[in-house]
Amino acid sequence: MEQPLFALQRLSAMVMAPFVLVHLAVILYAVRGGLTAAEILSRTQGSWLWIPFYSLFVVSVAVHVPIGLRNILIEWARLSRGASSVFCLLFGLLLLWMGLRAVAAVGGFLS
Amino acid sequence: MEATETAQRTLTVRIARGTEEGNFATYEVPWRENQTVLDVVTEVQRRLDSTLSYRFACRVGVCGSCAMTVNGKPRWTCRTHVSRVQEDGVIVIEPLRNMPRIKDLVVDMAEFFDKWKKAGNTFVGTATRHDPPAAVSPTSKKRKMADAAIECINCGVCYAACDVVSWDKDYLGPAALNRAWTLFNDERHADPKDVLKKATSGSGCNACHTQGNCMTHCPVSLSPTGSIAGLKKNALLQFLKGGG
Repeated sequence: MEQPLFALQRLSAMVMAPFVLVHLAVILYAVRGGLTAAEILSRTQGSWLWIPFYSLFVVSVAVHVPIGLRNILIEWARLSRGASSVFCLLFGLLLLWMGLRAVAAVGGFLS
Repeated sequence: MEATETAQRTLTVRIARGTEEGNFATYEVPWRENQTVLDVVTEVQRRLDSTLSYRFACRVGVCGSCAMTVNGKPRWTCRTHVSRVQEDGVIVIEPLRNMPRIKDLVVDMAEFFDKWKKAGNTFVGTATRHDPPAAVSPTSKKRKMADAAIECINCGVCYAACDVVSWDKDYLGPAALNRAWTLFNDERHADPKDVLKKATSGSGCNACHTQGNCMTHCPVSLSPTGSIAGLKKNALLQFLKGGG
């Protein structure tokens, strides 16, 4: 259990590192014409570059964050491994659902 | 005579007593040249308070019995000179942290040694008594890595210095993992994969935050941090290769 989680956390970090840089660059680029919802949505909705990028970003966050949170709960909140595993699995699923829902909404699937 | 004694410089020693934290007794001992912290504890026990309990054996930095917390830091007391650690003529001596106190300066080290086993410290040979001794080249990479970590004296200083141990009582700790690393690099050992398996299970080597407290405080200048990093790296590679 520990070794797969350790590997997954490192691998998801490797995936996220370039994503974060691209994400920041996209923010700078996106606001060049003013920050209006209509302007941003016109570029994101139906974009087959933006939607897969942020879907994968959300998936890697949903893998990476709960593993780290689990360690924090074990070490600082003194939770048992079992309890923190269950809590973090649920938290990861929540992140995944919220993230993918946001991607779907901004990507134009929920309108 | 009396005037000389009064004029003699003294050292104030605050020593933790009993099993409760924060319970100290204060003693005054003569300030001497080349006085170690263990000398001071011995002087208190022999001359001032015979009920004081502490551990020591060799007095020369070999056995690893006399580790205590001195002015907040874990140290081997037999090789720690008072002049290096005293602050304004005062030293505060407590038992090692992260282990249950038995009495005064003595802690129960059972969990510390139990974790050596849990981390996979047991050598399993492949040769019989009829085989010639294994020829391990002193210049081989594995032998060098084992050499760098092998001189541990089991004093428990690293275990007391480690914050991860203080947070997670199941964490195997620097000394046990350092031993696992030497065994992993022992070319004669039958099952190095099993060492990695044990060292990574539960709160094993992957729980280390690489803070380096063990390395900073190790009295014989070992780097359990480096050993743990080696275990992490090899366990990860083995896992990615599908053998984890």
